[in-house]
Amino acid sequence: MRHIVSVLLENEAGALSRVSGLFSARGYNIESLTVAPTEDATLSRMTIVTSGSDEVIEQITKQLNKLVDVVKVVDLSDGEHIERELMLVKVRAVGKDREEMKRMADIFRGRIIDVTDKDYTIELTGTGSKLDAFLKAIDRSAILETVRTGASGIGRGDRLLRI
Amino acid sequence: MTGAEIVVHCLQAEGVEYVFGYPGGAVLFLYDELFKQDKVKHVLVRHEQGAIHAADGYARSTTKPGVALVTSGPGVTNAVTGIATAYMDSIPLVILTGQVPTQAIGEDAFQECDTVGITRPCVKHNFLVKDVKDLAETIKKAFYIASTGRPGPVVVDIPKDVTTHKTEFHYPEKISMRSYNPVTKGHSGQIKRAIQALMEAKRPMIYTGGGVILGDAAPQLTKLVRLLGFPCTNTLMGLGGYPATDQHFLGMLGMHGTYEANMAMQHCDVLLAIGARFDDRVIGNPKHFFEEPRTIIHVDIDPSSISKRVKVDVPIVGNVREVLEELLRQLESSQARPDTEALKAWWTQIELWRGRDCLKYDRASPIIKPQYVIQKLYEVTGGNAYVTSDVGQHQMWAAQFYKFDQPRRWINSGGLGTMGFGLPAAVGVQLAHPEAPVACVTGEASIQMCIQELSTCKQYRLPIKIVNLNNRYMGMVRQWQQFFHGNRYAESYMDALPDFVKLAESYGHVGMRIERPDDVEPALREAFSRKKDLVFMDFTTDQTENVFPMVPGGKGLSEMILV
Repeated sequence: MRHIVSVLLENEAGALSRVSGLFSARGYNIESLTVAPTEDATLSRMTIVTSGSDEVIEQITKQLNKLVDVVKVVDLSDGEHIERELMLVKVRAVGKDREEMKRMADIFRGRIIDVTDKDYTIELTGTGSKLDAFLKAIDRSAILETVRTGASGIGRGDRLLRI
Repeated sequence: MTGAEIVVHCLQAEGVEYVFGYPGGAVLFLYDELFKQDKVKHVLVRHEQGAIHAADGYARSTTKPGVALVTSGPGVTNAVTGIATAYMDSIPLVILTGQVPTQAIGEDAFQECDTVGITRPCVKHNFLVKDVKDLAETIKKAFYIASTGRPGPVVVDIPKDVTTHKTEFHYPEKISMRSYNPVTKGHSGQIKRAIQALMEAKRPMIYTGGGVILGDAAPQLTKLVRLLGFPCTNTLMGLGGYPATDQHFLGMLGMHGTYEANMAMQHCDVLLAIGARFDDRVIGNPKHFFEEPRTIIHVDIDPSSISKRVKVDVPIVGNVREVLEELLRQLESSQARPDTEALKAWWTQIELWRGRDCLKYDRASPIIKPQYVIQKLYEVTGGNAYVTSDVGQHQMWAAQFYKFDQPRRWINSGGLGTMGFGLPAAVGVQLAHPEAPVACVTGEASIQMCIQELSTCKQYRLPIKIVNLNNRYMGMVRQWQQFFHGNRYAESYMDALPDFVKLAESYGHVGMRIERPDDVEPALREAFSRKKDLVFMDFTTDQTENVFPMVPGGKGLSEMILV
């Protein structure tokens, strides 16, 4: 099953490689991993999307907790949470496509953030499946380039991950 | 103070007795400071692998962390086998490594390697100290992390320029880290549940591992086993956690465990696992293990050891000694007592299994049987020696036939299975216990992996007794080839062996060759009477002897090959 795990860790050189090294050494999946400092510059927050049986996920959270740089770990999938991913997609926008791409971007609440006479770059946020749906909805041959950040997640309401 | 002075002052503040190491360019300033004082003694090994194993042997045989010092690049890569060995067996070590100057890092400088990167998967934690102001606190953290919680090796990588930079020296008394707070006390509600399960048991079993040794919980375990009257088994790493000569002890369990221990483990209805991790060499095929229903109580300081390979019913996370003390307290204050009737029947069954005499071997053999050598070693030393071992058949025979009544006497590489461990580990053990008898049980293959440490033994006058079970084969490899590879002994024959007697003599030690069973005991007696000499006993043993019982890989615990 797919799980989304949030990790608070010391914002120190090498902390990311401790986490990624753990996943590769123990053969765990990483679907995506995002990391950046938090409002407290000494801490980084990481969101890892992974998959595995309940036993594997239990081991993943335990092993993450064991890393000396890791302050807190929470499996967001255990409760209500929100996740968002950012995608930038460059599409061909000439002739009839130019109008159509604008319309599709609007429908998906995307924003066109760069324009040339031949293409648009569209910024889109949402869950991973919304981004997938967008890519499916437009003409595949019109896609020139895509880049996605991987998911970031946060608990709903008073589910907090902080120290 | 310079960084180098700070390092030495930190070691003094930690009460470090010995640093095991080997100098090189990146650590010259550190060596210079070590030279100027005499509180911390340096032990010069002959290869960095030996430095780590020696520090490891020191740590295993005492309750203190071991300390090693190696130079950058090859110094570190040579040390990696030792570090991984300590990591797998959770041994507290602090390893100081030299590094090229900070401005040269990343430029492929001479003797540069990414120490933090290379060691990351085999340390509990590691640090690169880029600022001399962080040095003292980092070393404090290293000792704290290495020796608390589930212990392990910690590497502190120090660039050469940091050892020359100056700052004020302040060694923190205490350290607290928001990201590292190991649990010590067990959950008292869980302990209560554990007691309830133990009291309801018809066929109870206590299975303990290295955690009991590392947690210094042997007295508490002994008290508990005797109070309950339950059978007890130890893993390879746990030997000495419970007195091996006691009737409640069923011997070691696992791949080369006793018939009675493995059968009792498989057929018990309530299992109390303490400081052990249900690894593949212990329970065999987990599917087979699960065929018998049983309630499992698991005490361990590391939550990730619990429910890793085996689903546990009553998990108790905590320091094993504290948990056992709480368990004993609760037991003593409650009226509940074990089901004596059921226990009697269970012991009757166990004694039937024990009657199988699974460790029997041909005592009338005209060729020296390796088991006989260990048995005599046990008798001659009165069971009081520190025994280090290498890896292979000799290790299993030592574990089976030397009855350890005390913890920290059996020093071997269980997790990583590192050949070459025994001799350098014995260096650390003998330095920690200068008056005690120390035996290194080895084989002609293993001993050659760190044979250079015979020179270290000479320099420091270490009277280690080497028991070389020489069967001219990598015995365990040969055994597997015989059982599972149609007797094709691919590359497992040790050809072109040195004359070990002359070899020992050339290092300035005493060498003995023993070829007849009748000479075994006199040789051992003579060796141990030479209090000042390292004696290398080269026993010519039966080439075809195998270790029994054996649970073949992938088989269940009760599917043993017996003699």
